[in-house]
Amino acid sequence: MSEQTPRSAAETALRDAVGPYFGDFGGRFVPEALIAALDDLSTAWDKLSVDPRFVERLAALHRDYTGRPSPITEVPRFAEHAGGVRVFLKREDLNHTGSHKINNVLGQALLTEQVGKTRVIAETGAGQHGVATATAAALFGLECTIYMGEEDTRRQALNVARMRLLGAEVVSVTTGSRTLKDAINEAFRDWVANVETTNYVFGTAAGPHPFPALVRDLQKIIGEEAREQLTTRIGRLPDAVVACVGGGSNAIGIFNAFLDDPDVRLVGCEAAGDGVETGRHAATISAGTPGVLHGAKTYLLQDEDGQTIESHSISAGLDYPGVGPEHSWLASIGRAEYRPVTDAEAMEAFRLLTRTEGIMPAIESAHALAGAITLGRELVAGGADPAQTVLLVSLSGRGDKDVETAAEWFGLVDSDAPTGEHEDGSTSA
Amino acid sequence: MTRTQTAGSATAAAIDDARAQGRAALVVYLPVGYPDVDGSIAAARAAVESGADIVELGLPYSDPGLDGVVNQEAMQAALEGGTRTTDVLRAVREVASTGAPTLVMTYYNPVLRYGVDRFAADLAAAGGAGLITPDLIPDEAGEWLEAAEAHDLDKVFLVAPSSTTERLYLTVAASRGFVYAASTMGVTGARASVGPKAEALVAATRAAGAERVCVGLGVSTGDQAAEVAAYADGVIVGSAIVRTLIRPDRDRDAALEDLRRLVGELAEGVRSARPLTSGGPRR
Repeated sequence: MSEQTPRSAAETALRDAVGPYFGDFGGRFVPEALIAALDDLSTAWDKLSVDPRFVERLAALHRDYTGRPSPITEVPRFAEHAGGVRVFLKREDLNHTGSHKINNVLGQALLTEQVGKTRVIAETGAGQHGVATATAAALFGLECTIYMGEEDTRRQALNVARMRLLGAEVVSVTTGSRTLKDAINEAFRDWVANVETTNYVFGTAAGPHPFPALVRDLQKIIGEEAREQLTTRIGRLPDAVVACVGGGSNAIGIFNAFLDDPDVRLVGCEAAGDGVETGRHAATISAGTPGVLHGAKTYLLQDEDGQTIESHSISAGLDYPGVGPEHSWLASIGRAEYRPVTDAEAMEAFRLLTRTEGIMPAIESAHALAGAITLGRELVAGGADPAQTVLLVSLSGRGDKDVETAAEWFGLVDSDAPTGEHEDGSTSA
Repeated sequence: MTRTQTAGSATAAAIDDARAQGRAALVVYLPVGYPDVDGSIAAARAAVESGADIVELGLPYSDPGLDGVVNQEAMQAALEGGTRTTDVLRAVREVASTGAPTLVMTYYNPVLRYGVDRFAADLAAAGGAGLITPDLIPDEAGEWLEAAEAHDLDKVFLVAPSSTTERLYLTVAASRGFVYAASTMGVTGARASVGPKAEALVAATRAAGAERVCVGLGVSTGDQAAEVAAYADGVIVGSAIVRTLIRPDRDRDAALEDLRRLVGELAEGVRSARPLTSGGPRR
């Protein structure tokens, strides 16, 4: 691997793709009623994203509120399990609110001000995006409604309480499969009815244009920081960048800065649940087909009639039957590769990182760690010198929210003690 | 004025017939597969017998983003009951045989998955009039526009109170059969009032060249139908009709009676709106 590869000419740079289409993917498959609002958002974002006052305000929020730049951490004890290669984590888990989601919502909250709206809505699966949106709403004094599938409100009761403490209204969605995809449907229904006052703060780099590009623009700081930090630290780029992919916002955020460095492999880890072969998974690109879901043409899990198939993953944040259109495009042109990681592989990686480094990852991020373990071993088996092989992994969030799930998985719950009772908020540090 | 709006369209002809009688057309929506496929066919035929001029058959979809609770639940039940895309085509054949122009209202993905041209061919072969596409705007509809042209089908696109003048022109130019004006910003479902935006939207859509504009979303009673019929070429009623089929006692005969009564009331509504002497809507 050479020193920094020169980037290709600006007009052909992959990292500057703007939408609405990414190759054959993307677009705006939404009711006409929403087109004006999407146009307004596009126009406002085109203007705002190059406005020096906005850039400065957002930078100040990143620095003083979120705590950016997030560090990179080398994890040698963990890396022993990955063939002994060098592994660096990009620590989005250390951000305020505990994940990369805050990067997106702060930018979109400023955008909401810009378009003159006073209310924000959002969908959430695990609750991380909901908490982040409720946080930004509190900070900016915006009214806030969060849609969450009834199933997920049960799985993530603590995050529901967190959002309510922050002043958000949490609506439990009881239609369809009562999970993230239905929360998105319900948020769109709210948006159609209230678009004059309300901005939809979409949580991932999916959905209709401009959301995939907008969310990517707000998340690309992850890769830009990491690229610079790594170059400063070791004087070169990584051999591969690994991230988990649900909708794919942390992945596109860390990939973006490396898209035009062809020697850097980009590896997205999809949730394979019980295993792709069982049909109980969320591995959209690995096992899905192109279609239209939630406003964009992209890979999705669908049956032969085009009905969405429910996804399955231990990680609520990856439990989504679609994926951002830019990932579908990167897969189709071979610029990024997408691999399935099962619940069991992810939980083993969760355990390993926690035990070897004292860092408890979100189960979402543990999918990326599992991918890194496999990739590191593959590279070494293929003859790579471990000491000269560098993996950069997006640690997109922290595992606090997953303690109960993990304790259950590893059989650490005392069967006499009523589970979950300690999670009444009294123990939060 | 768009010449493509009339050519070969039975839907347009039905609206013109109603206009010749000095009234608006009544357009009725029913999702295929609720309470089951045969039940939905029976309901649609009953609606035609009770005065519906045009039928919209809904293709049930797992993620109906523009539908309110009533239609969502009916579609979900239809899917849980095993309703397939091919069942919708069968329903089209049986309902179209009544002579009422029969459109399919569908989200885009099931059509995309079936194959856009193949769907258009099979729909035409079943005697279907065309498609209403709530989540497909003309800008994204290239493949469907070609298929509709090739198979001589209606393309009913939606306009909304938020549509800009530029988009009204674009949507009107791409539509055939009629233009579907969404009365309010919101999802399908009965409302206390249709709202003041609908009339202005119909006027603006006509100003953008539309010859036939039908209004949907929120109409549930004969009085509301009459109110809308006073300014629109057609009145579209969905959820209110679907609701007559939802009965805890599952008494299908009673449900069909309720449906006939409601469609009859709506048919009276579109006839009571304006005296015959006033002629058609002014443009």
